[in-house]
Order: sequence, then structure tokens, then C-alpha cells
Amino acid sequence: MSGRTLYDKLWDDHVVRDNGDGTCLIYIDRHLIHEVTSPQAFEGLRLAGRRPWRVDADLAVSDHNVPTTDRDHIDDPVARTQLETLDANCREWNITQFGIHDPRQGIVHVVGPEQGACLPGMTIVCGDSHTSTNGALGALAFGIGTSEVEHVLATQCLVLHKARNMRIRVEGETGPGVTAKDIVLHIIGRIGTAGGTGHAIEFAGSAIRALSMEGRMTVCNMAIEAGARAGMVAVDQTTIDYVRGRPYAPRGELWEQAVEAWSDLHSDEDAVFDRDVVIDAGEIRPVVTWGTSPEMVVPVNGRVPDPARESDPVRRIGMERALEYMDLEPDMPVTEIRIDKVFIGSCTNSRIEDLRAAAEVVRGRKLAPGVKQALVVPGSGLVKRQAEEEGLDRIFTEAGFEWREPGCSMCLGMNPDRLAPGERCASTSNRNFEGRQGPGGRTHLVSPAMAAAAAIAGHFVDVREFLD
Amino acid sequence: MKSFEKFTGLVAPLDRPNVDTDAIIPKQFLKSIRRTGFGPYLFDEWRYLDHGEPDMDCSGRPLNPDFVLNQPRYQGAEILLARDNFGCGSSREHAVWALADYGIRVVIAPSFADIFYSNCGKNGLLAITLPSGEIDRLFREVEASEGYRLTVDLESQTLTTPAGEVIPFEIDPALKERLLQGLDDIAITLQHADEIRAYEARRAREAPWLFPARE
Repeated sequence: MSGRTLYDKLWDDHVVRDNGDGTCLIYIDRHLIHEVTSPQAFEGLRLAGRRPWRVDADLAVSDHNVPTTDRDHIDDPVARTQLETLDANCREWNITQFGIHDPRQGIVHVVGPEQGACLPGMTIVCGDSHTSTNGALGALAFGIGTSEVEHVLATQCLVLHKARNMRIRVEGETGPGVTAKDIVLHIIGRIGTAGGTGHAIEFAGSAIRALSMEGRMTVCNMAIEAGARAGMVAVDQTTIDYVRGRPYAPRGELWEQAVEAWSDLHSDEDAVFDRDVVIDAGEIRPVVTWGTSPEMVVPVNGRVPDPARESDPVRRIGMERALEYMDLEPDMPVTEIRIDKVFIGSCTNSRIEDLRAAAEVVRGRKLAPGVKQALVVPGSGLVKRQAEEEGLDRIFTEAGFEWREPGCSMCLGMNPDRLAPGERCASTSNRNFEGRQGPGGRTHLVSPAMAAAAAIAGHFVDVREFLD
Repeated sequence: MKSFEKFTGLVAPLDRPNVDTDAIIPKQFLKSIRRTGFGPYLFDEWRYLDHGEPDMDCSGRPLNPDFVLNQPRYQGAEILLARDNFGCGSSREHAVWALADYGIRVVIAPSFADIFYSNCGKNGLLAITLPSGEIDRLFREVEASEGYRLTVDLESQTLTTPAGEVIPFEIDPALKERLLQGLDDIAITLQHADEIRAYEARRAREAPWLFPARE
């Protein structure tokens, strides 16, 4: 018998029962809850006369709708209702919630790991597709819809088909200026936005092992942009060092016991993957997305592609449409694309390491005159505090950036932070879909350092020019 | 959930790949705390020329004449024919609620994003996967013939074209059963409550750090 993959192990540990019809009942250890995808689930529970199965597995925090400026006055009455609904639901069922004035509040996928509420070996779900972020801890973490949120609330379980195993090994050393974001965008550019559909992806290889936990979270975060519900990285010393001492992490004897158990959270040597992709880390360049799908990736020193050279007709039409929406010409150099706004934040890139990388580029420089607005939105109140202790906020504000309160912000523009029609943004977020950051807005996905460099130059620029 | 019954419905073609859930229902409508009322805002940014906001009365809004669902021949469509990776992106179940509220009962595509596919099954919306070649042909037929209708029979796992040709499709047997019977997933799972408790008891011994409240 061949060995098991990390995903196999996580799956096996959580099987409550095999339903005998291709599905298993899978136990959920941690349920993260936010304001947008939960109200209908709580309402469903109430209408059916049910109650939450195990509230100590739940952790709630509002992030999508939260203003990143003044928290005391939420002008949008619909958003306010949604925030108040989460507060009321958490009060009713005694669910732990970090309210919008709590220093621990932030983007749910930043808060979970930061608090040690998400641990290696757990199954972690949330009504949010970027739950895959938490797989960086060596956990099985994936996004669910609202019906499944209700199902987990009511039963602490989900009925699931097991996904296929896929491994993406990034081997070798990355060059200067190449970050976790460039690695994952490069991967998506290579395998496509449906490349991981039906699979759970384990990110492996020396370039992944060399990443910090923050970097691994960035990579796993965008597993969903490659079509995979779950992304994960095996547990190693970096994982253990990250988790140790966090508020919700085990302590004392339990800690020792947990670490012992976590040492098995890696794929066996002889494990078989349904799909195995190898990527040479040395080939990866700082990248920019040029279109309206995260797979539309080019190196910053490259050119916008020409649909005329695409042989597949469906893809060609998609490219033409993307160029039209993005108002770009085929073959133009990426460095000639000028930007209006900059957004540094989101569950992909709002952790302390991201802010440090951006600040390093910005230090002592000023926003380019043509850049109308540049936002830095830390992932949580604690990230914000740490950044302020390190003086990063001053580096940003002195350069002309706005330093905001934590939340999802302009990643999806549910709160007031958004693009106006036609505006072009260098964004550290995860989706460049049409209208994602505001109707008619044009999003280019980049790393924090690349976003910072674009802010200073007024157009995309190879960040390596700033790092000498 | 209502049980899925055999029906014959008008087909509308949405000829673009990677239709994401942000396009199906834009973010501003996710602020609702209800499950209903999303239909008028389905594909809002493609469908209307102005900017939509929650609770807006859509009856007087300017329609985008170039958007396929606005064409008179596709009014009343119940079947959406789509391209690869339909429903990618955000996990928002609002996308499925919007399609269902608009009147779509079946989406046919070469492939679906995983979370979207799962959300469909929870809401009685049938997502049918067919090979790309078959999809190409359906696009040609739908566009060539006004009033093109397909008969969808989940029981026999077939689509029947207006010419009487039968196209079989695959579906997971467990999902099929739930759709046909309109079963409540939670009630089914709760039949196994004792097994869940037994799992928790065992797991709390093996991995007690996962059950801090029991310490």
C-alpha cells in the first residue's frame, strides 16, 4: 500500500462516517464566521428550531463591510444592519466575536492564524472562498456556501466528496524581488484558474519551505484562484514556531502533545498524487496581471499579450474582452501601464511581512503625482499596532499613502473603499474580475513591493530597480 | 428544498468562459440578510447600463441591449447554457440564489467551480456538466433557432433537444437522490448525531487541544 498525502491524513482524521455513496461526514474543528455569508444561515437555524452544535468551535469577526476610517458612524444602513445582525446572532448563541472596536478585529483569515484559533491538523471552514489561506498551517481549510455554514452550525459536520490530490512543487531559489505573491500568480498563470478544480493542492518544494508563514498563507490564499477549494503546506519548524504562544494555541503539556501529533502532518515519501506539477523557482519573475482573470499573468518586464496569437477561439475572445475592459493594447510593455490608485491589503497581502516589504520600497520616497489615492489597510488591529510600533505607518503617510483601520476594504469594495469607473489600480488583493473593486474599475494584481513601486513610479515598474 | 421534477424550458446562451460569482451577483447586493429578492440584480453590471444598488426598483432601469439575457427571444429562460469554469471566484451562495430567483433551474457547462457547484446542489439548482464538443453544438443550435427548448429529466439523466435527440449526462448518485427528493441535508446528518458525539468523544481523547472547553 502506498503512503498517504497530507490531504489524505487530514481527511482520514476527520471522517465521522462513510455514507457509502461516495460522500463522508467530515467533522469541522474550527468555524470562522463573518457578517456577509452568515445571516441567512442563522435565520435558517432559527426557522428550523435548531441550535448550534458546538459554539466553542466558532469564532466570529466582521470584516467585509467594515469601514476602514471612522468606525463609530456607518453611513450605509444596509451594511450597518448586516454588522448588527452578526452581533445579535453571536450574542444570542454566545459565540466568541471580536467586535469592530476590539483590537483583535480584522480580516477573518488574518485573525484566525494570528490568534492561534486555526491550528495545524484542524479542519477549518468559513463562508468565504479564501479560507484556503489557513491551509498554510498544515490544516484542511476551505470555503463554503451559506447552506453549508448552516449545516456546520447545526451539526459541526459537512457532507463531502473527497477531492483528488494535487501537488505543486516549487523547487530552487527565487530571484530578488520575487515574493510569495509572484510565486502563486506564476502558478495560476501556468495551470489556469480551473487547473486545480476538484483537487486539494499541497504546495511543496524548497521554495515553499523557504517561505515564512505569512508567505505560505499568501500562496494558500490563492489556491481558490487556481480552482482548488483547499491549499495546504506541510507542517515544519516554521509552522511550529509561528503557532507557539498564540492566545488560542495549546499550552504546557497539551502543547507538547500537539506538536508530537503535528509532526506527522506531511505527505509520506511514497504518497501518490493524482497530479504533480513542478515549477522552477528560478524562472519566476515579479509579475502583474493584465486582464480580468487571475491566470492572465505576465512578468513586469514583459508585454501585454496579443489575442491574435491565441489559437483557442474561446480563449481568444476572453482575451479580447479582457483587453477591452482593461483598456490596454496588445504588445504594450507592462511598465507603460499607468495607475490611478494603489491598494495594499486584503487576506492575501495584509500581514506584517507584507507591510514591511511595501514600506521598504516606499521609505524616503513620495507617491507619483498622477496617483490619486494609495491605501494601506492592515489585516488586523494587531498587525496595525505592530506596524505602528515599527514606524511603518509614518513611512507610508509621509510618502502620501493613507493608513487605515483593518478590514477587507478595496479588495471587493463592499465598504466605501472602491474604484470609480475607468480607474486603474495596482492591488495586492486576489481577484481582478470585472467590477470587483468597483463597477468599471480595472485591477492589476501584484505583490506588496510591486504595488509600492508602482505607487512611487506612477506606472508598473520592476521592483528590482528599487531594491539595489 | 423543492424536489426537482422533469420540465421543458427555454435555453439562454451565455457565451463566455470563467463567469465569476462577482459577475453573477455584484458585491453591493451581498449586504442583504435575506435569501430572496436577488433575481432582479442577477448579472447586474452586464444587464443594466446604470449602477445598481440594493433595494433599487429595476423596472425603470436602462437595460444593456447587448447583454444576451435582455434579448426578447430569451425572456423566460429557465436553462442557462454556459462555458468553462462557470461560477468561479467567491463562495457567495447569493449567486445561486440570484439565478434561482431569476427563474434559472438548470445551468449547463463544460465545467463548474467547486464551491458554486456545491451551492447549486443545496438550492435545488441542477448544474449539468457536458463535454465541450456537446456544449459547442448546443450553443450553435440555441443561437440558430429561436425558442430552443430542452427537456431536462433528472430521473433518467437526459436532456432532450427539440429534434428529439437524447443527450445523457452524468451526476453523482447521492446528489441526484437529494435533488429528486428535495431532502434537507441537515436533517439527514442529524440522524447520525450519536456518531458525531462518539467521534467527538474519541477525538477529544486523541487530540484534547481541539476541545479546550472539555478540559
